[in-house]
Amino acid sequence: MRAQLKSSIAWIYAILAYGFIFLPVAMLALFSFQDSRLPIMPFNGPTLKWYESVLADDRLIDAMINSLAVALISSLLAVVLGFLAAHTLARKNLPAKGFQRALLTAPLTVSYLIIALGLLIMFNATGISLSLMTVGVGHVVINTPLCFAIIYSQMGDHQINIERAAYDLGASEIKTLWLVSAPIMMPSILAAFFLSVTFSWDEFIIAFLLSRFDVTLPVEIWGMLRSGLSPKTNAAGSLVFLVSIVMMLLAELILFRKVNK
Amino acid sequence: MREHLWQQWRFVAPALLWTIAFFLVPLAFMAVMSLWDRVSGSLIATWHLDNYVEFFTKPHLVKALLNSLEISLAVTIISIVLAYPLAWIIAVRVPARWQRAALVLAIVPFWTSYVVRSYSWLLVLGKQGIVNSFLLSVGAIQEPLMIASTRYATIIGFVHFFVMLLTLTIYANLKQLSPNYAKAAADLGASPLRTFWHVTLPLTRPGIMVGAFLTFVLCIGDYITPKILGGSNELVLPQVIMLQIGRRADFPSAASMSIILMLVVVIAYLLCMRWLKMDRS
Repeated sequence: MRAQLKSSIAWIYAILAYGFIFLPVAMLALFSFQDSRLPIMPFNGPTLKWYESVLADDRLIDAMINSLAVALISSLLAVVLGFLAAHTLARKNLPAKGFQRALLTAPLTVSYLIIALGLLIMFNATGISLSLMTVGVGHVVINTPLCFAIIYSQMGDHQINIERAAYDLGASEIKTLWLVSAPIMMPSILAAFFLSVTFSWDEFIIAFLLSRFDVTLPVEIWGMLRSGLSPKTNAAGSLVFLVSIVMMLLAELILFRKVNK
Repeated sequence: MREHLWQQWRFVAPALLWTIAFFLVPLAFMAVMSLWDRVSGSLIATWHLDNYVEFFTKPHLVKALLNSLEISLAVTIISIVLAYPLAWIIAVRVPARWQRAALVLAIVPFWTSYVVRSYSWLLVLGKQGIVNSFLLSVGAIQEPLMIASTRYATIIGFVHFFVMLLTLTIYANLKQLSPNYAKAAADLGASPLRTFWHVTLPLTRPGIMVGAFLTFVLCIGDYITPKILGGSNELVLPQVIMLQIGRRADFPSAASMSIILMLVVVIAYLLCMRWLKMDRS
């Protein structure tokens, strides 16, 4: 009887907690189908007209393409930098390894606002004009430590022998990295890549401070918020959410496959 | 020998150089800028701490710092208190083969866009939001509650995000614990509550501290959530920093405030480390 009571308290708590976690997302998705001008009760839908208006909005579509481009290119660069650094620091006996690791992961401890502001001051001082390129630079700064940390933590000793075999057979270091080490580490490389893509895709403050004419999607959505609540914002938000979920599922599937093997 | 070292080092070099060029150097630019002056719209290279002194002599700026500290501390504590039971339920009560699914489900909204997530809380907490329309329709209140544009909305928005993050980290922590500890305590006659309080909780404390630190740091540096949900009645430090850049292009003030923000994080880090150390000895 007491056990039953305890068990039901646990389940009630879990239901309330999940309710709290899903409440805003549920409202977001529900009112994106709202058939009136405000995303508030009562719900009179469903309609797809807000999705149509999002997909017909050139500025949003441009921003989406910008975001994807920045996310893919900056994540690619971040994962390459992170992988090369992680591989070397895990395998080679270099002086001041601890210091190098600390330096590489240091950006994780500083808020994005400060990283963005520092870059903005530096770009202003050196006369570099703001563009999607500068946003990308910022995103590489925040994602390289992440890629490095993820890949470094997965660098097991068990792969060393395979790499040694490659060297013994006369492969150069670059060839070994490309043909042996990278394929072995592919699950963590891909996981780091997809995580970076989601972070960059979603990132606001760096993209806001370091862009000028072409902006990314979060900045464009931020602009939409100024006109108050609108089902169109709901529709745009729901679409962004969908893309992030797909990205995470890809990362999850890749990691999960690795665990099962 | 030098060639040899370079041979070994050449693949770390790109990441290190990138971090130096686009992380350390910008911070140095910012530190220098924080010492400069801005007189009638133009920057003058000076080398004094006036911006810092000014910060602590202006009540509304000190208030912003205090708001930031209060909100971040409240969020950290509330998030841990709410996330711990959820993580515990998933780790202990949910059957093993459903745990992964339960956990993934608990963090799905984590991946909503950061701007959109705050916006979606407006749909819930706003004047015409779901909470107000529900309470009005059942007659619990006569006037809509003003939750949006107060610090409570900011706190709710933050707690939502960090409950998900902390559930994940605390769950990982609980799963690492060997069940033998709890069994041993039970064999020695401890009640489940006592076992939890004296065995499980202390063993998960380092993990909680790491999560708490992460929550505090991410919270105190965030601009979007307080801006969208808290409005401009009670500013937090990142909002004040953004105001300096946006409205007045006052980079020296913005830079000095950012350095103060960084120092707060460093102090929080040192406090956390000290607490963890005391725990171990």
